[in-house]
Amino acid sequence: MTTRIPIVERILQANDDLADQVRQRLDAAHLLGLNVMASPGAGKTTLIQATVDRLRESLRIGYIDGDITTTLDAERVAAYGLPVVQINTGGDCHLDAAMLSPALDELTLTDLDLLIVENVGNLICPANFRLGTHLSVLVASVPEGDDKPFKYPGMFRGVDVILLNKIDLLPYIPFDVDRFLHGVRVLNPGLATFQVSALHGDGMDAWTAWLMDRVAAKRP
Amino acid sequence: MHELAVTQRVLEIALRHAQTADAIRITRIHLVVGQLATIVDDSVQFYWDLIAQDTIAQGAQLTFERRPATMRCLACGETFTLSGQSDFRCPHCGDPDVVVAGGDELQIDHIEIETAELAAP
Repeated sequence: MTTRIPIVERILQANDDLADQVRQRLDAAHLLGLNVMASPGAGKTTLIQATVDRLRESLRIGYIDGDITTTLDAERVAAYGLPVVQINTGGDCHLDAAMLSPALDELTLTDLDLLIVENVGNLICPANFRLGTHLSVLVASVPEGDDKPFKYPGMFRGVDVILLNKIDLLPYIPFDVDRFLHGVRVLNPGLATFQVSALHGDGMDAWTAWLMDRVAAKRP
Repeated sequence: MHELAVTQRVLEIALRHAQTADAIRITRIHLVVGQLATIVDDSVQFYWDLIAQDTIAQGAQLTFERRPATMRCLACGETFTLSGQSDFRCPHCGDPDVVVAGGDELQIDHIEIETAELAAP
Protein backbone atom coordinates (compact mmCIF):
# COMPACT_ATOMS: atom_id res chain seq x y z
CA MET A 1 0.00 0.00 0.00
CA THR A 2 1.23 3.44 -0.83
CA THR A 3 0.66 6.87 0.60
CA ARG A 4 0.13 9.88 -1.58
CA ILE A 5 1.90 13.07 -0.50
CA PRO A 6 0.76 16.32 -2.07
CA ILE A 7 3.68 18.60 -2.85
CA VAL A 8 2.82 21.26 -5.41
CA GLU A 9 6.33 22.64 -5.47
CA ARG A 10 7.82 24.43 -8.43
CA ILE A 11 10.61 22.26 -9.79
CA LEU A 12 13.01 25.14 -10.24
CA GLN A 13 12.24 26.77 -6.90
CA ALA A 14 15.79 26.07 -5.62
CA ASN A 15 17.22 27.99 -8.57
CA ASP A 16 14.76 30.81 -8.01
CA ASP A 17 15.82 31.02 -4.36
CA LEU A 18 19.48 31.28 -5.40
CA ALA A 19 18.50 33.86 -8.01
CA ASP A 20 16.91 35.91 -5.22
CA GLN A 21 20.24 35.85 -3.36
CA VAL A 22 22.07 37.00 -6.49
CA ARG A 23 19.54 39.82 -6.82
CA GLN A 24 20.21 40.90 -3.23
CA ARG A 25 23.96 41.05 -3.89
CA LEU A 26 23.47 43.15 -7.01
CA ASP A 27 21.04 45.46 -5.23
CA ALA A 28 23.41 45.88 -2.28
CA ALA A 29 26.06 47.09 -4.76
CA HIS A 30 23.49 49.39 -6.48
CA LEU A 31 24.26 48.03 -9.92
CA LEU A 32 21.99 46.94 -12.76
CA GLY A 33 22.36 43.34 -13.98
CA LEU A 34 21.46 42.20 -17.51
CA ASN A 35 20.94 38.62 -18.67
CA VAL A 36 21.48 38.67 -22.44
CA MET A 37 19.97 35.69 -24.27
CA ALA A 38 19.61 34.71 -27.93
CA SER A 39 20.13 31.95 -30.44
CA PRO A 40 23.69 31.32 -31.63
CA GLY A 41 24.57 33.94 -34.24
CA ALA A 42 21.89 36.51 -33.37
CA GLY A 43 24.64 38.99 -32.55
CA LYS A 44 24.75 38.95 -28.74
CA THR A 45 28.47 39.60 -28.47
CA THR A 46 28.50 42.25 -31.20
CA LEU A 47 25.58 43.97 -29.51
CA ILE A 48 27.34 43.87 -26.15
CA GLN A 49 30.50 45.28 -27.73
CA ALA A 50 28.53 48.09 -29.36
CA THR A 51 26.75 48.81 -26.06
CA VAL A 52 29.99 48.83 -24.08
CA ASP A 53 31.66 51.04 -26.67
CA ARG A 54 28.93 53.68 -26.23
CA LEU A 55 28.70 53.49 -22.44
CA ARG A 56 32.20 52.83 -21.17
CA GLU A 57 33.03 56.53 -20.75
CA SER A 58 30.02 57.09 -18.51
CA LEU A 59 29.55 53.74 -16.74
CA ARG A 60 31.71 51.19 -14.96
CA ILE A 61 30.78 47.93 -16.67
CA GLY A 62 31.56 44.30 -15.83
CA TYR A 63 31.00 41.33 -18.14
CA ILE A 64 30.37 37.66 -17.42
CA ASP A 65 30.37 35.29 -20.37
CA GLY A 66 28.65 31.91 -20.33
CA ASP A 67 29.86 29.58 -23.04
CA ILE A 68 30.08 25.86 -23.49
CA THR A 69 33.85 25.60 -23.86
CA THR A 70 35.56 28.58 -25.48
CA THR A 71 36.69 32.02 -24.33
CA LEU A 72 36.26 33.59 -27.79
CA ASP A 73 33.45 35.94 -26.75
CA ALA A 74 35.16 36.92 -23.51
CA GLU A 75 38.30 37.89 -25.42
CA ARG A 76 36.29 40.12 -27.77
CA VAL A 77 34.73 42.02 -24.88
CA ALA A 78 37.91 42.06 -22.75
CA ALA A 79 39.51 44.12 -25.53
CA TYR A 80 37.47 47.06 -24.20
CA GLY A 81 39.38 46.90 -20.91
CA LEU A 82 36.48 45.71 -18.71
CA PRO A 83 36.65 43.22 -15.87
CA VAL A 84 35.64 39.95 -17.51
CA VAL A 85 34.74 36.59 -15.97
CA GLN A 86 34.35 33.43 -18.03
CA ILE A 87 31.91 30.66 -17.08
CA ASN A 88 32.44 27.49 -19.10
CA THR A 89 29.36 25.38 -18.61
CA GLY A 90 31.09 22.23 -19.85
CA GLY A 91 28.25 21.36 -22.21
CA ASP A 92 25.30 22.74 -20.26
CA CYS A 93 23.01 24.65 -22.57
CA HIS A 94 22.20 27.48 -20.16
CA LEU A 95 23.48 29.44 -17.19
CA ASP A 96 21.72 29.15 -13.86
CA ALA A 97 21.95 31.07 -10.61
CA ALA A 98 24.31 28.47 -9.09
CA MET A 99 26.82 29.09 -11.91
CA LEU A 100 26.48 32.86 -11.76
CA SER A 101 26.89 33.17 -8.01
CA PRO A 102 30.60 32.09 -7.82
CA ALA A 103 31.37 34.18 -10.92
CA LEU A 104 30.19 37.26 -9.01
CA ASP A 105 32.88 36.55 -6.40
CA GLU A 106 35.48 37.31 -9.09
CA LEU A 107 34.25 40.89 -9.48
CA THR A 108 34.24 43.84 -7.10
CA LEU A 109 30.55 44.57 -7.50
CA THR A 110 30.68 47.90 -5.70
CA ASP A 111 33.08 49.14 -8.40
CA LEU A 112 30.46 48.57 -11.11
CA ASP A 113 27.34 50.36 -12.38
CA LEU A 114 26.32 47.77 -14.95
CA LEU A 115 26.87 44.01 -15.10
CA ILE A 116 26.28 42.31 -18.43
CA VAL A 117 25.85 38.52 -18.33
CA GLU A 118 25.96 36.85 -21.74
CA ASN A 119 24.07 33.57 -21.59
CA VAL A 120 24.80 30.48 -23.69
CA GLY A 121 23.51 30.86 -27.25
CA ASN A 122 20.22 28.95 -27.19
CA LEU A 123 16.58 29.90 -27.70
CA ILE A 124 15.03 27.24 -25.47
CA CYS A 125 16.88 26.32 -22.31
CA PRO A 126 17.93 29.64 -20.71
CA ALA A 127 14.28 30.74 -20.44
CA ASN A 128 13.61 28.39 -17.52
CA PHE A 129 16.47 29.47 -15.32
CA ARG A 130 16.30 32.83 -13.60
CA LEU A 131 19.71 34.29 -12.80
CA GLY A 132 18.74 37.09 -10.42
CA THR A 133 19.72 39.83 -12.84
CA HIS A 134 17.28 42.73 -13.15
CA LEU A 135 16.56 42.68 -16.85
CA SER A 136 16.32 39.72 -19.21
CA VAL A 137 17.33 40.91 -22.65
CA LEU A 138 16.48 38.86 -25.72
CA VAL A 139 18.41 39.55 -28.89
CA ALA A 140 16.47 38.42 -31.94
CA SER A 141 17.79 38.99 -35.43
CA VAL A 142 16.23 39.55 -38.83
CA PRO A 143 17.81 36.49 -40.55
CA GLU A 144 16.23 34.18 -37.97
CA GLY A 145 12.79 35.03 -39.34
CA ASP A 146 9.67 36.78 -38.06
CA ASP A 147 8.10 33.51 -36.88
CA LYS A 148 10.32 33.01 -33.83
CA PRO A 149 7.85 34.30 -31.21
CA PHE A 150 5.32 31.77 -32.54
CA LYS A 151 7.81 28.90 -32.61
CA TYR A 152 9.62 29.58 -29.33
CA PRO A 153 6.90 31.12 -27.16
CA GLY A 154 8.58 30.04 -23.90
CA MET A 155 11.66 32.12 -24.60
CA PHE A 156 9.67 35.26 -25.37
CA ARG A 157 7.52 34.91 -22.25
CA GLY A 158 9.93 35.86 -19.51
CA VAL A 159 12.03 38.65 -20.99
CA ASP A 160 11.89 42.37 -20.21
CA VAL A 161 13.32 43.87 -23.37
CA ILE A 162 13.77 42.64 -26.92
CA LEU A 163 16.38 43.95 -29.29
CA LEU A 164 15.63 43.14 -32.91
CA ASN A 165 19.13 43.12 -34.37
CA LYS A 166 20.49 43.25 -37.95
CA ILE A 167 17.73 45.56 -39.18
CA ASP A 168 20.18 46.68 -41.88
CA LEU A 169 19.27 43.35 -43.55
CA LEU A 170 15.52 44.14 -43.75
CA PRO A 171 15.73 45.20 -47.42
CA TYR A 172 17.20 41.82 -48.37
CA ILE A 173 15.26 39.32 -46.25
CA PRO A 174 11.51 38.72 -46.04
CA PHE A 175 10.79 39.73 -42.44
CA ASP A 176 7.48 41.24 -41.35
CA VAL A 177 8.38 43.48 -38.40
CA ASP A 178 4.70 43.96 -37.50
CA ARG A 179 4.09 40.20 -37.39
CA PHE A 180 7.16 39.73 -35.18
CA LEU A 181 6.18 42.54 -32.80
CA HIS A 182 2.59 41.27 -32.61
CA GLY A 183 3.84 37.83 -31.52
CA VAL A 184 6.16 39.41 -28.98
CA ARG A 185 3.46 41.64 -27.47
CA VAL A 186 0.94 38.82 -27.13
CA LEU A 187 3.43 36.68 -25.25
CA ASN A 188 4.77 39.53 -23.23
CA PRO A 189 2.53 42.58 -22.97
CA GLY A 190 4.27 45.83 -22.16
CA LEU A 191 7.86 44.83 -22.78
CA ALA A 192 10.33 47.27 -24.34
CA THR A 193 11.47 46.69 -27.92
CA PHE A 194 14.27 48.29 -29.90
CA GLN A 195 15.20 47.79 -33.53
CA VAL A 196 18.95 48.00 -33.97
CA SER A 197 21.93 47.19 -36.10
CA ALA A 198 24.70 46.55 -33.60
CA LEU A 199 27.19 46.41 -36.44
CA HIS A 200 26.30 49.73 -38.08
CA GLY A 201 24.89 51.56 -35.08
CA ASP A 202 21.26 52.11 -36.16
CA GLY A 203 18.96 52.36 -33.16
CA MET A 204 21.78 51.92 -30.66
CA ASP A 205 21.41 55.41 -29.18
CA ALA A 206 17.79 54.79 -28.21
CA TRP A 207 18.70 51.46 -26.58
CA THR A 208 21.68 52.82 -24.65
CA ALA A 209 19.73 55.90 -23.50
CA TRP A 210 16.99 53.59 -22.18
CA LEU A 211 19.62 51.47 -20.47
CA MET A 212 21.31 54.52 -18.93
CA ASP A 213 17.98 55.50 -17.34
CA ARG A 214 17.66 52.03 -15.82
CA VAL A 215 21.19 52.21 -14.44
CA ALA A 216 20.57 55.67 -12.99
CA ALA A 217 17.47 54.38 -11.20
CA LYS A 218 19.65 51.86 -9.31
CA ARG A 219 21.90 54.48 -7.81
CA PRO A 220 21.32 55.21 -4.12
CA MET B 1 19.18 19.26 -22.72
CA HIS B 2 18.22 21.44 -19.77
CA GLU B 3 16.11 18.41 -18.81
CA LEU B 4 19.07 17.05 -16.83
CA ALA B 5 19.04 20.09 -14.53
CA VAL B 6 15.26 19.87 -14.24
CA THR B 7 15.37 16.14 -13.48
CA GLN B 8 17.99 16.64 -10.77
CA ARG B 9 15.71 19.15 -9.07
CA VAL B 10 12.78 16.70 -9.31
CA LEU B 11 14.86 14.06 -7.54
CA GLU B 12 15.98 16.47 -4.81
CA ILE B 13 12.45 17.66 -4.10
CA ALA B 14 11.00 14.13 -4.11
CA LEU B 15 13.72 12.77 -1.80
CA ARG B 16 13.30 15.68 0.61
CA HIS B 17 9.54 15.17 0.93
CA ALA B 18 9.92 11.38 1.11
CA GLN B 19 12.42 11.68 3.94
CA THR B 20 10.09 13.97 5.88
CA ALA B 21 7.39 11.31 5.53
CA ASP B 22 9.72 8.45 6.59
CA ALA B 23 9.37 6.73 3.23
CA ILE B 24 11.35 3.62 2.41
CA ARG B 25 10.50 3.87 -1.27
CA ILE B 26 9.09 6.37 -3.74
CA THR B 27 6.79 4.64 -6.21
CA ARG B 28 5.43 7.50 -8.28
CA ILE B 29 6.15 11.14 -9.02
CA HIS B 30 3.42 13.14 -10.69
CA LEU B 31 4.60 16.20 -12.62
CA VAL B 32 2.55 19.02 -14.08
CA VAL B 33 4.23 20.43 -17.17
CA GLY B 34 2.89 23.30 -19.21
CA GLN B 35 3.55 23.48 -22.93
CA LEU B 36 5.44 26.76 -22.54
CA ALA B 37 7.92 25.15 -20.13
CA THR B 38 9.47 23.31 -23.13
CA ILE B 39 10.31 20.08 -21.32
CA VAL B 40 10.62 16.80 -23.22
CA ASP B 41 9.08 13.93 -21.22
CA ASP B 42 11.27 11.22 -22.74
CA SER B 43 14.38 13.20 -21.95
CA VAL B 44 13.37 13.62 -18.30
CA GLN B 45 12.66 9.87 -18.13
CA PHE B 46 16.07 9.09 -19.66
CA TYR B 47 17.95 11.17 -17.09
CA TRP B 48 15.68 9.93 -14.32
CA ASP B 49 16.64 6.30 -14.90
CA LEU B 50 20.30 7.30 -14.52
CA ILE B 51 20.21 9.65 -11.55
CA ALA B 52 17.59 7.86 -9.43
CA GLN B 53 19.73 4.72 -9.27
CA ASP B 54 20.73 3.71 -5.75
CA THR B 55 18.21 6.06 -4.14
CA ILE B 56 14.82 5.20 -2.65
CA ALA B 57 13.35 6.70 -5.82
CA GLN B 58 14.91 4.07 -8.06
CA GLY B 59 12.21 2.54 -10.24
CA ALA B 60 9.64 5.19 -9.37
CA GLN B 61 7.16 5.84 -12.14
CA LEU B 62 7.18 9.35 -13.56
CA THR B 63 3.80 10.53 -14.75
CA PHE B 64 3.40 13.73 -16.74
CA GLU B 65 0.24 15.77 -16.66
CA ARG B 66 0.55 17.97 -19.72
CA ARG B 67 -1.12 21.39 -19.70
CA PRO B 68 -1.58 22.97 -23.11
CA ALA B 69 -0.63 26.58 -23.68
CA THR B 70 -3.89 28.47 -23.83
CA MET B 71 -4.79 31.97 -24.95
CA ARG B 72 -7.76 34.19 -24.28
CA CYS B 73 -9.21 36.71 -26.69
CA LEU B 74 -9.72 40.08 -25.05
CA ALA B 75 -12.26 41.07 -27.69
CA CYS B 76 -14.74 38.17 -27.50
CA GLY B 77 -13.53 36.18 -24.47
CA GLU B 78 -12.90 32.96 -26.43
CA THR B 79 -10.24 30.68 -24.90
CA PHE B 80 -8.19 28.57 -27.31
CA THR B 81 -5.02 26.51 -27.39
CA LEU B 82 -1.75 27.61 -28.89
CA SER B 83 -1.36 24.48 -31.03
CA GLY B 84 -1.56 25.25 -34.70
CA GLN B 85 -1.47 29.00 -34.06
CA SER B 86 0.92 30.77 -36.38
CA ASP B 87 -0.23 34.33 -35.89
CA PHE B 88 -1.72 34.56 -32.35
CA ARG B 89 -5.17 35.65 -33.47
CA CYS B 90 -8.50 34.57 -32.05
CA PRO B 91 -9.81 31.64 -34.14
CA HIS B 92 -13.37 32.71 -33.25
CA CYS B 93 -13.44 36.43 -34.12
CA GLY B 94 -10.03 36.98 -35.71
CA ASP B 95 -9.01 39.71 -33.29
CA PRO B 96 -5.25 40.00 -32.62
CA ASP B 97 -5.77 41.29 -29.07
CA VAL B 98 -5.11 37.99 -27.23
CA VAL B 99 -3.19 37.08 -24.07
CA VAL B 100 -1.57 33.92 -22.73
CA ALA B 101 -3.88 32.30 -20.17
CA GLY B 102 -1.93 29.17 -19.19
CA GLY B 103 0.85 26.75 -20.00
CA ASP B 104 3.79 28.01 -17.91
CA GLU B 105 3.47 25.27 -15.24
CA LEU B 106 6.51 23.25 -14.19
CA GLN B 107 5.86 21.61 -10.85
CA ILE B 108 5.62 18.40 -8.86
CA ASP B 109 2.00 17.86 -7.90
CA HIS B 110 2.42 14.84 -5.63
CA ILE B 111 4.50 11.75 -4.95
CA GLU B 112 3.47 8.29 -3.82
CA ILE B 113 5.58 6.52 -1.21
CA GLU B 114 5.79 3.36 0.82
CA THR B 115 6.55 3.57 4.52
CA ALA B 116 8.05 0.84 6.68
CA GLU B 117 4.81 0.01 8.55
CA LEU B 118 2.73 -0.20 5.39
CA ALA B 119 5.29 -2.22 3.49
CA ALA B 120 5.61 -4.93 6.15
CA PRO B 121 4.09 -8.28 5.11
